[in-house]
Amino acid sequence: MATDQSASITFRVNGKDVEGHAEPRTLLVDFLRDTLRLTGTHIGCDTSQCGACVVHLDGIAVKSCSVLAVQAAGREVHTIEGLADADGSLHPMQEAFRQHHGLQCGFCTPGMVMTAIELAQSAEPLTPERVREGLEGNICRCTGYHNIVQAVLAGATAMRQ
Amino acid sequence: MYRFTYHQPVTLNDAVQLASSTEDGSYLAGGMTLLPTMKFRLANPSDLIDLGGVEELRGIAEEDGRLRIGASSTHAEVAASALVADRMPALAELAGRIGDPAVRNRGTIGGSIANADPAADYPAALLALDAEVITNQRTIAAADFFTGFFSTALAPGELVTAVRFATPAQAAYQKAPNPASRFALVGVFVARHADGVRVAVTGAGPCAARYPAFEAALDASFTPEAAAGVPVEDAGLTSDLHASAAYRAHLIGIMAKRAVAAC
Repeated sequence: MATDQSASITFRVNGKDVEGHAEPRTLLVDFLRDTLRLTGTHIGCDTSQCGACVVHLDGIAVKSCSVLAVQAAGREVHTIEGLADADGSLHPMQEAFRQHHGLQCGFCTPGMVMTAIELAQSAEPLTPERVREGLEGNICRCTGYHNIVQAVLAGATAMRQ
Repeated sequence: MYRFTYHQPVTLNDAVQLASSTEDGSYLAGGMTLLPTMKFRLANPSDLIDLGGVEELRGIAEEDGRLRIGASSTHAEVAASALVADRMPALAELAGRIGDPAVRNRGTIGGSIANADPAADYPAALLALDAEVITNQRTIAAADFFTGFFSTALAPGELVTAVRFATPAQAAYQKAPNPASRFALVGVFVARHADGVRVAVTGAGPCAARYPAFEAALDASFTPEAAAGVPVEDAGLTSDLHASAAYRAHLIGIMAKRAVAAC
């Protein structure tokens, strides 16, 4: 394929087939937010540093401000909106952030949670140090990281049960 | 971001053909540098040739006694590779400390070396591990590949397909990371081969370079003390808002000493 024009792209988002028009230069995060109205994925810095825009692309955590929407064509995307059950009960990692007060303003939280879920799925056991390393690409400007680390450890334990 | 034409070839041949047929096309690997640069409108390629679908650029394998890492291997894949961990764990550790997890999930070794950021980690590994850069046209010794500030020996349209590393007897990489970007303020890769020690430094100057004075000292005595005793001039080193040339010179000695201790 070769195009510089707006074209229809199709991929799966949170288990549903979705379609929309995007130019090649449209970023995945903009497509999610502006076209699909999935505004849980945030744009914090737009320079690939803050991690507020982390989503899973084929199960791998990526910064959606640094991926083109067209690169997700035919693939599977998971965003923060897809985590909770249909009845509204939270994903174990979301619940852990709530229980441990791992947020203050909440702006960085969607990216934190998506990064934390990938971290929790790694084979190695998590330690506070590994969690801190794993969150190096996610920046919180209000709480400090202590409660976030506690939440990720608890969420990872809950996910394994 | 300026408008561009997007291509998604699935063979190496098609990718190279596309590059030669476009006005000012650019290959797109992981996009961890190129896409942010385009967002700032500091780069304006007419075409992006996405290499993500080109299977020939993937894979990590042993080949003629060397470790061959396909250009599209992500930093996360290199960090998690059992083969890399077994043959040269220092390289796996280096890959596992680039940027942050989401960046490692997308960024590739081929993209990193073709970009030749003066503070990138891989260039130090290529120089110390006597690597060969394989392109669609030829094989380039690492020593000839990095030619200056964001500059390489690659000709227009030439594409890195793999990097082949020599297996060292011992090796370690130590870096003082910039706390915001995790790029190396200074990174030192020390590798002990059958024919001698190689010491390569990244982050300190316009491009990664070997440091013969350290190599001679460590050939004579492979000890942290020997590394610590080598004087480092700050002439020609980088001074910027992150660190002065004098501080970088100081860090070279510290990181070299730590790398030898970690071998």
